[in-house]
Amino acid sequence: MATKKDSFLNMVLVLFLVTFFSAAILGFVYNITKAPIEKAAEKTQEAALKAILPEFNTLGKSQMIAPEDGGDSLEFFPAYNKSKELVGMAVKTTTNKGFGGLIEMMVGFKPDGNIFGYQVLKHQETPGLGARMTTWFKDITHPKRNIIGKNPGKINFTVNKDGGDIDAMTASTITSRAFLEAVKRAYKQYIVSFAANNDSNLKGGKQ
Amino acid sequence: MNQWKNFTKGFIKENPTFTLLLGMCPTLGVTTSAINGMGMGLATAFVLVMSNMVISIVRNGIPDKVHIPSYIVIIASFVTVVELCMQAYTPSLYKSLGIFIPLIVVNCIVLGRAEAFASKNNVLSSVLDGLGMGLGFTMSLTLLGAIREFLGSGKIFGFQIYSDHYGILLFVLAPGAFIVLGYLMAIINKIKKA
Repeated sequence: MATKKDSFLNMVLVLFLVTFFSAAILGFVYNITKAPIEKAAEKTQEAALKAILPEFNTLGKSQMIAPEDGGDSLEFFPAYNKSKELVGMAVKTTTNKGFGGLIEMMVGFKPDGNIFGYQVLKHQETPGLGARMTTWFKDITHPKRNIIGKNPGKINFTVNKDGGDIDAMTASTITSRAFLEAVKRAYKQYIVSFAANNDSNLKGGKQ
Repeated sequence: MNQWKNFTKGFIKENPTFTLLLGMCPTLGVTTSAINGMGMGLATAFVLVMSNMVISIVRNGIPDKVHIPSYIVIIASFVTVVELCMQAYTPSLYKSLGIFIPLIVVNCIVLGRAEAFASKNNVLSSVLDGLGMGLGFTMSLTLLGAIREFLGSGKIFGFQIYSDHYGILLFVLAPGAFIVLGYLMAIINKIKKA
């Protein structure tokens, strides 16, 4: 087999050509797939918003708000009906206390602070254990697990093991704690940031 | 006949998962369900075919001392192409395979075939070798995923066969992957001996 000689020039030339063509191909593919990737991400977010908010007509501009206690910023997506009244607010919240690290989710609140729905966007919890959080807390056949329709400000919003009102997932208390904490964080900031300028709508949610 | 052999040897005789024991990390990591295993297998098969093809074309132009870096750059480019395409057109599969897609770059099957086969053979043989190996890998991963999904959650390809209340959770978790892989390897060895 006649391979090229190991001269310095040959090596530099070959490596340059290989990386040059690779970069060209990658640039080309990146350009083609850029738009579909953005569209796919948008679609996922829109589907999540639709699932966790009451029926809405238009979405307001999303806002990033950093909580006062110094945690990560939360993203707020206000939703309005036809007559421009606030019908709900979706909050993107995160926690680092999951069993597998970061949990990212979106929680939808009604204007009175009651939870309308939630959707877990990203997590690395154990399948069959912590991963059950994606459905566990919206199971309306079990009123003690379900958080839908509840108001985190009015009840003791922690797991039953810590004396709270919500049933933790069996064998996944760490995930349950992290989950509820993330929801509560979203709720707190929602009340702090939006109760002030929207008092009449939010009265029910005051602690 | 020889070309046919190049193609089929990846299925059982030199099956990358059960016989060569290459690429164990994605094998154990992603096969929690049949569809994940299949997606991973097909992505790897694509990279294998393309990288085998390109490497066998350029093999004579690459000096020996820099052949590994050149191969890795070629492989990494194809992996990134696959990653971008999956992200754009099959976002849910992309999400469930996650970190394992970029890790195809360091999958020993791909570099192993480039080194052991594509750098010494012509284009046609190399493409057939890549295709055979890729399909062999896909089949093993799909089989592994299907068994784990069936035992663990009562489903195959997402279709419920029996209630997941009776699923054996262990099989969806990491230890289940080792157990199923071990038994499958024993069965394949038995078949090969017979």
